[in-house]
Amino acid sequence: MTVQGATAHHAVPERNWGPVLHKVFVYTCLVVGTVVIMIPFFWMITTSLKKSGTEFTFPIEWLPNPPRWKNYVDGWTVLPFNRWALNSVRISALAIAGSVISSAIVGFGFGRIRFPGRDALFMLVLATMMLPFPSVIVPLFLLFKRIGWIDTILPLTVPTFFGANAFFIFLLRQFFRTLPLDLDDAARVDGCNTFHVFLRICLPLIRPALGIIFVFSFMHNWNDFLGPLIFLSHTTKYTLALGLRYFQSQYRVEWALMMAVSLIILTPNIVLFFLAQKYYIQGIVVSGVKG
Amino acid sequence: MATSIRILNGTVRGKLYWRRTLEGYLFISPWIIGFAVFTAGALLGSFGISLTEWSIIGDRYWVGAGNYVKLVQDQFFWKSLQVTFLYLLNVPMNLVLGLLLALLLNQKILGLGVFRTVFFLPSVTAGVAVSLLWLWIFNPRFGVINVLLAKIGIQGPMWLGSETWAMPALIIMSVWGVGGSMLIYLAALQGIPTALYEAATIDGASHLRKFLYITIPMISPVLLLNLIIGVIGSFQVFTQAFIMTRGGPNYATLFYVLYLYQHAFQWYNMGYASALAWILFIVILVCTFLILKMSRDWVYYED
Repeated sequence: MTVQGATAHHAVPERNWGPVLHKVFVYTCLVVGTVVIMIPFFWMITTSLKKSGTEFTFPIEWLPNPPRWKNYVDGWTVLPFNRWALNSVRISALAIAGSVISSAIVGFGFGRIRFPGRDALFMLVLATMMLPFPSVIVPLFLLFKRIGWIDTILPLTVPTFFGANAFFIFLLRQFFRTLPLDLDDAARVDGCNTFHVFLRICLPLIRPALGIIFVFSFMHNWNDFLGPLIFLSHTTKYTLALGLRYFQSQYRVEWALMMAVSLIILTPNIVLFFLAQKYYIQGIVVSGVKG
Repeated sequence: MATSIRILNGTVRGKLYWRRTLEGYLFISPWIIGFAVFTAGALLGSFGISLTEWSIIGDRYWVGAGNYVKLVQDQFFWKSLQVTFLYLLNVPMNLVLGLLLALLLNQKILGLGVFRTVFFLPSVTAGVAVSLLWLWIFNPRFGVINVLLAKIGIQGPMWLGSETWAMPALIIMSVWGVGGSMLIYLAALQGIPTALYEAATIDGASHLRKFLYITIPMISPVLLLNLIIGVIGSFQVFTQAFIMTRGGPNYATLFYVLYLYQHAFQWYNMGYASALAWILFIVILVCTFLILKMSRDWVYYED
């Protein structure tokens, strides 16, 4: 107390400019950082509003006048993007469902039931987080080819129902462990079996964590490229990511249209981020600090 | 009486034990199946295939360690390893920049939420769309970077068209996504008890000393986490290379996974690609192990 009082007393009379300069420095850095981070987004938007061909004229039109909103329609309809969007939605929805369901069940098993071998198996879960997906693409491709799954959505969705993402299992296990153990016992006394404890008691309590799985899983599947590239070959089966690549191969210099379509495809990411910002941030924080 | 109760108790416990065990394995069974098929099975399968020469349409020949011998003599294998290791430079850059941003934001400032959102925004975008965006940004004549550089009288490089500048370009692109690690640091910084700083202030510690002896040790577990995430992610770069450079110019961005993909799905050398896949697996395993081992010297755990 006395020490604090003494320093405060000391600071008042001689008008200390240090904190002010510090503030100026901090805000300058933050504003410069913001500008640098936003330039790519700005560039994407202005390009998407240019008349075809004017991407390659000087002086650069920073604010296209008039803005060509029609690019969004033109770019989207010149190739079957509607169909590809439908494919993407279907795959993402199933993969999200699979991730949420399987990681909740498995996470509960690891987090709230004590059984022999559990901890060793959980170490294995953690170890698989290090396993690079590219190192198993060849056998997976051959397996799916043999059972006739190539060019279907099955290779991209079925594994998610079997806890394919170890990180999600880890995350939910952490959440299940934070619930008090008395909860289960009380429910059991009332006649609940383990599955009821899981479904009726514990699951509702970790709903925010399920939200985290939802957004992370959406992000991953909506933007995934390598998986669809390997497992889908016919253009009618393409996802948006593959469709966009196809667009690039067909209209290599149509940057205005390409940026317009790219922006449409990124919109769900950005909208979801703003709607579910707390889930994103919480998910990252939990994985970082509790991990 | 006493003994019979004990026996009864014992059997009830025994029953409960077996029930728990059964239920536990039932709950984790989806993962066990998935692990057996898609992870362990796939890895073993990959190893088996790597001992053969197999071009999907034709026959399979047993070649033993032949693919691995070929690999050692394959200059493109070494090139792709070199390229991937060079790209690892993005990891320390992201570590330092992410920490600096987090330190800036970990203060009483106006608009904290806005800044945090802005810095994190690039991290929610990914994939082909972002690769196309950066391909356009790096356009040597009409891309925004060189246009802005020209305004201040600098003639920008060819970026992705230049053997020297293609890799720095891809690293710049990765640094744009620094917000993810920033967020992890920020959470860690906010978890440091203020009492530590207060005590240090009383002892007359300077800002630098406080940073070096309180902040760094307290966030070291998170530094380690960001380091491992960064390294594992860097080994798996594919989309950028595939969309933006196709490995060029002159193999300057022949990332390991791109090379693996080419062998597997463009030239259908399933055996050779599997050998590449196993080497990738081992390299990541060894790197992670080394990082974890060395981390004992600099990571501080409270308990």
